[in-house]
Amino acid sequence: MSKQHLPLWEVFVRSRRGLDHKHIGSLHAADAEQALLAARDTYTRRQEGVSIWVVRSSDIHASQFEDEDAFFEPAADKVYRHPTFYDVPEELKL
Amino acid sequence: MDHQSHSAEQARFEAIIAAEEKIEPRDWMPEKYRRNLVRQISQHAHSEVVGQLPEGNWITRAPTLRRKATLLAKVQDEAGHGLYLYSAAETLGVSREQMVDDLLDGRAKYASIFNYPTLSWADVGAIGWLVDGAAIVNQISLCRTSYGPYARAMVRICKEESFHQRQGYEIMRTLAAGSAAQKAMAQDALNRWWWPTLMMFGPHDAESAHSQQSMQWKIKRQSNDELRQKFVDQTVEQARHIGLEIPDPALRWNEERGHYDFGEIDWDEFQRVLNGNGPCNRQRIGDRRAAHEQGAWVREAMLAHAEKQRRRAAGRAA
Repeated sequence: MSKQHLPLWEVFVRSRRGLDHKHIGSLHAADAEQALLAARDTYTRRQEGVSIWVVRSSDIHASQFEDEDAFFEPAADKVYRHPTFYDVPEELKL
Repeated sequence: MDHQSHSAEQARFEAIIAAEEKIEPRDWMPEKYRRNLVRQISQHAHSEVVGQLPEGNWITRAPTLRRKATLLAKVQDEAGHGLYLYSAAETLGVSREQMVDDLLDGRAKYASIFNYPTLSWADVGAIGWLVDGAAIVNQISLCRTSYGPYARAMVRICKEESFHQRQGYEIMRTLAAGSAAQKAMAQDALNRWWWPTLMMFGPHDAESAHSQQSMQWKIKRQSNDELRQKFVDQTVEQARHIGLEIPDPALRWNEERGHYDFGEIDWDEFQRVLNGNGPCNRQRIGDRRAAHEQGAWVREAMLAHAEKQRRRAAGRAA
């Protein structure tokens, strides 16, 4: 069994200019430069992107499943944040 | 950088713009393009932030719980939109602190419309209907701006903002269908907000300082006068529908142009407010400064809390 531990990196690819980078997967590499090269070979062999970001997985902090209600439930009863809540004649293009 | 590779970079930049593609943060860009964007995006961000003040004035006095919840949600959105835009500007290498200081020290501009007072509840309706309506016309156009992070912020903002205009129109429509006094209040708000709203689109194209270069670089996609015309055309019908009268005797349909003709803006007033002498300029900046100073302890507490957590974790590890 290997004793060397290569850290995990998350890979984000911008498929074309004007779009956000989107998470596409992860890989192991010793540093950022290796991670970028490996990401190119792993995730963009068919011109899937024009730009790659790599971020150490340990640098990503995520909300927890148990926090789901506390985080997101309060938005559930605020229908007035949506345009359809308001009564205006549709033909006026508001 | 030597001259040759510089011009290669320049050519590549121009090719991207010509192909209707987006410039992204790490791309080479002319220094003037960068500065132009920083100015425009930060002004836009400041406008969202200062724009909270005139409406915030009415949160505690909204006539019903429904209106109050809506107004709170709207003002909260403006704060969020300011943050999206500051973040987009930060991708160009300017710091948040610098931008905030520029606003508070009076070096940066924001939309002059927010230097007018909100005297009655109908003003909240007029702002949503007219001011947000005008902002949306401008922002829909900016969804096609050439700088990627700015364009993406605009898309998000336009999507969230459509309720702002609708709630404003709903307020005006309700007042206009109410008692004579309520209808008069709505008409009075329209009278006071109409011309400042038209000024939001800026000087005539021929007199606009940054317009030509910005159009060339596709930072701006439509001219001030084009956007202003678009706004007038769509708003006349909306006013008529609720029986309110737009305060412009020169307003009439021009069959030949296929647009409404309208009167000339009072450009002296425009300059006066822009140069800091509108009804509320000093009050707005004073309020922003006070909010920033009174919020200092929160920012300090956040840092102190994080530092305490870090020390505790280090203590546990030791």
